[in-house]
Amino acid sequence: MNSQLLSLAIWVPILGAVPVFWVGSERRTLVRWLSLAVAVAGFLVTLPLYTGFDATLSGMQFVEQAPWITRFNVQYLLGVDGISMPFILLNSFITVMVVLAGWEVIEDKQAQYMGAFLIMSGLMNGIFCALDGVLFYVFFEASLIPMYIIIGAWGGPNRVYAAFKFFLYTLLGSLLMLVALIWLFLESGGSFNILDWHHLRIGMAPQILIFIAFLVSFAVKVPMWPVHTWLPDAHVEAPTGGSVVLAAIALKLGAYGFVRFSLPIVPDASHYMAPFIIALSLIAVIYIGFVALVQTDMKKLIAYSSISHMGFVTLGFFIFNQIGVEGALVQMISHGFVSAAMFLCVGVMYDRMHSRMIADYGGVVNTMPKFAALFVFFAMANSGLPATSGFVGEFMVILGAIKFNFWVGFASATTLILGAAYTLWMVKRVVFGAVANAHVAELKDIGGREFLVLGLLAASVLAMGLYPFPFTEVMHASVDNLLKHVAASKL
Amino acid sequence: MKNLYLLVPLAPLAGAILAGFFGKILGRTGSHTVTSIGVAIAFLLSVVIFQDIQAGHVFNGAVYTWMESGGLKLEVGFLIDQLTVLMMMVVSFVSLMVHIYTIGYMAHDEDNWPAGSLAGTNSYQRFFSYISLFTFSMLMLVMSNNFVQLFFGWEAVGLVSYLLIGFWSVRPTAIYANLKAFLVNRVGDFGFLLGIGLIAAYAGSLDYATVFAKRNELATLTEVVTGWPLITAICICLFIGAMGKSAQFPLHVWLPDSMEGPTPISALIHAATMVTAGIFMVSRMSPLFELSDTALSFVIVIGAITCLFMALIAIVQTDVKRVVAYSTLSQLGYMTMALGASAYSVAIFHLMTHAFFKAVLFLGAGSVIIAMHHEQDMRRMGGLRKYMPITYATMLIGALANAGLPPFAGFFSKDSIIEAVHLAQVPGAGFAYFCALAAVFVGGLYSFRLIFFTFHGKERFREATHDAHGHDAHHDDHGHHAAEPHETPKVVTVPLILLSIPAIVSGWLIGTILYGNWFGDSIVIATAHKGVATMGHEFHGVVGMMLHGVTTLPFWLAISGAATAWFLYIKRPDLPAVIKQKSGVLAIILEEKYGFDRFNDWFFAGGARLIGRGLWQGGDQAVIDGVMVNGSASAVGWISGLVRLFQTGRIYQYAFSMIFGVFALMTLWFNRA
Repeated sequence: MNSQLLSLAIWVPILGAVPVFWVGSERRTLVRWLSLAVAVAGFLVTLPLYTGFDATLSGMQFVEQAPWITRFNVQYLLGVDGISMPFILLNSFITVMVVLAGWEVIEDKQAQYMGAFLIMSGLMNGIFCALDGVLFYVFFEASLIPMYIIIGAWGGPNRVYAAFKFFLYTLLGSLLMLVALIWLFLESGGSFNILDWHHLRIGMAPQILIFIAFLVSFAVKVPMWPVHTWLPDAHVEAPTGGSVVLAAIALKLGAYGFVRFSLPIVPDASHYMAPFIIALSLIAVIYIGFVALVQTDMKKLIAYSSISHMGFVTLGFFIFNQIGVEGALVQMISHGFVSAAMFLCVGVMYDRMHSRMIADYGGVVNTMPKFAALFVFFAMANSGLPATSGFVGEFMVILGAIKFNFWVGFASATTLILGAAYTLWMVKRVVFGAVANAHVAELKDIGGREFLVLGLLAASVLAMGLYPFPFTEVMHASVDNLLKHVAASKL
Repeated sequence: MKNLYLLVPLAPLAGAILAGFFGKILGRTGSHTVTSIGVAIAFLLSVVIFQDIQAGHVFNGAVYTWMESGGLKLEVGFLIDQLTVLMMMVVSFVSLMVHIYTIGYMAHDEDNWPAGSLAGTNSYQRFFSYISLFTFSMLMLVMSNNFVQLFFGWEAVGLVSYLLIGFWSVRPTAIYANLKAFLVNRVGDFGFLLGIGLIAAYAGSLDYATVFAKRNELATLTEVVTGWPLITAICICLFIGAMGKSAQFPLHVWLPDSMEGPTPISALIHAATMVTAGIFMVSRMSPLFELSDTALSFVIVIGAITCLFMALIAIVQTDVKRVVAYSTLSQLGYMTMALGASAYSVAIFHLMTHAFFKAVLFLGAGSVIIAMHHEQDMRRMGGLRKYMPITYATMLIGALANAGLPPFAGFFSKDSIIEAVHLAQVPGAGFAYFCALAAVFVGGLYSFRLIFFTFHGKERFREATHDAHGHDAHHDDHGHHAAEPHETPKVVTVPLILLSIPAIVSGWLIGTILYGNWFGDSIVIATAHKGVATMGHEFHGVVGMMLHGVTTLPFWLAISGAATAWFLYIKRPDLPAVIKQKSGVLAIILEEKYGFDRFNDWFFAGGARLIGRGLWQGGDQAVIDGVMVNGSASAVGWISGLVRLFQTGRIYQYAFSMIFGVFALMTLWFNRA
């Protein structure tokens, strides 16, 4: 099958950013509509990936191959399987939401703001479909730049510290990955093709070193405890759109790296290190759950909640059973919707009150009932209520974890209590109660544009909770294939 | 038939969606009409399905595949058998009555909201939307044929309960209570989910029929990691879920606080239906529970503790709704005890009779509250019977049934439970039997204390000059007690009357339901557990049971409880205060509800915040950011500062270093041999 769909998914938003920059921020209306058109076009070109996807195949589909740097056998090699395909759709969908969310609130340099998001969207699609090590690395690193700029230019008062922390943390992590990629290139006799690496025989000691190199890089991105502290700072300072992309997509890159690199390339080391990763994941679920409970800043609370939810993803991957891995993937998609919605909700309030502090709110439902209904809905999804997407992934991972080891399942299931506690306690203090102060009393309920964005996300969350079958169906063959690789020793 | 089954939960859901999203367009009348029609359809269809079940048409089938992963096929589907259809009828009937009642109860809901609150606009429609949504969720729960859908219904009723307890969201007590209810239920759900996980891991399926087919195999296994007998672990985990939902000790703490919600939902959710979900679930799982005497023993002891100790608290409550709430806890304890005694059918029978008489008591209490202009303190009532004869009569029926006196429904079910517990052989049954008997006396006492305090004696409401406090405080224009208390409108009294009929007669079905093998295969009892079978042999008709009943201890205990209430609240109303003074610590313990609330607030809520702060400020901020992250940054800075010392830019220093280096190297080179 030869098609250019993946290239379109990457380059439509990136090239679409050029006219957006060219139009410039003075022509605000035009810039907005143009950005929206590019984002929607970017989303539409990804739809055939789902409709044309053959769920019975475990291999890569929509493959595109072209030489890039022939000297080192680097190729422009793209392809998706059931694991990566959903994330391209998710990413392109979230980009549309972000453009809509930044419609009115971004007053300064709107063209650059929109353009940065469009470029980032394309780069992230590139990460999910790159099958060449160098190409992956280039996209992986390049995606840092627009995010760095977004936080640094449109962020809050402490944005410079946050942007640097974000950039250095993630850059340092990925340098070790580069070393691992080069080692694999040499070991494979001169191939950067990731799929070739899946068949490479590697001794135990190098396996562990490669695993650690990848781990450092991906753990920072996920982020896993204890390299997570950049995330709350980045979220707090980032503008709403930045937080949304960070939570919905950027965090998934690290987790995706585990399934594309660590598990299939160094399965023996993965098994050997699994107890360690499981321990870190459970710490993320429980420790971070407690930390989220005492946050006073809503964005920080949701950031910590994200880390806790991502703990389920890494947990699901490293218990090595199908329901666990698929649950982790479902959790990644669901978290993309739910965390995006939660950050957008905080953004809606921040736009009106210019405060993220829980203490500044109270009784929002009295002035913004429509918003409150949506916020409570997303909070419930965040607490993993059945019939929302938040339940599906957690449920699957918990089932897988209990199958793996009862106590691991026991520890992970505490999220049922902790997740509900930190989310609903915040809801209680922000949404419910009598009107807390004069500022809350003057709040205006959400308008049509905000309602559209949150409503679309709510529909996605609900659809995925009521009928997750289509989501898991496309994954089966690829996850099966992945687990076969993981089960086979590469020594 | 499948489409018919599907229509049962979907009709109330449609009502909920219409009233919820289009409440403004439909208006009040439109909203309460569509929701009531939806629930009425569910009820009528339940009756049709009941007829069908009587003809022996049990259904078990899927509607759609929800998800498939790792060999686990999870479907949304229905299991319609005797147990299900009984629950469907009870749920939809009580819900329909509550819908009608609500038209009267919430008629002036706008008064409950501060002026200008947009949450208060359309709150009437929203309320109807919620109770219809609840009915949908509860029907999904009872009609499920698998654990996933059961869990969905389980959590969904929890969600609606959360929304309804906190319905009057401007009240701090209401939003405290709903958060508490949700979180305590989540503790139960935590256990429940672990139980489901164990079943999925070891049975490889979450479909009831498949799991039950493998039960004998499961009974031989031990949990690999923990070494526990598998079936016991599964049953206890599942029962922890039931303890949350059905408010069993020590997870009972949320139920009394849930009275912050409007009274119709106290009747529907927190008495008649949702809180009995745990009882239903354990009965549904009877094939599993029957294989573990350890689990049954645990169940019976928890039930016994709840039954007696919660009844004791009811004696000292002065809020009319809270008396009924603690009474509900005690009755749920009875049902749980019956489960532990392997008398599942008896538990379900009591669930049914209790649904009717407790709904009567709650709705009656609500009627009193309306008449008293949202006053809930019984100390400010008294002598209401001549003003509210219908409410009085129906509540009296409810109280008589609650106390377990013949010929009212509660007598048959409660007496059967006591008998079943008496016959039970599992460890702890003796203790449970004692608790069951003691609670009969206490039940008679609190039920009639409620009746006498509210409807008899001095008319204390006239002397009341109170500040607008607490629970149902109502900013109404009528002013307090400006008018005489008067009987409530027909939309309130008609449901009361309609519910009080089954509160009397539903008990007479005992022969059919309990001893005619009516439940068929929907309930499984191990042959070693002979309780219900023995009772079946000794049962000689309804009249025979009543005649026998009056010669037994429970009857006289209930009578003496009622007599004590009469003595203390009619004959010598001065005595309670004296007794309270004399009993000192005991009274304080009861008024403090054994200190659970205080302890939970201090230990769990406070402890969790303490841990959170410790991990955040100690772990994240001090160690990770302070030492590791910023530490590495300062280490870099320090090293570069050190290195900078050598970068002076002075030629003579560089020259000196070079000469020194050359000398050092030459010395080494010459001395290498």
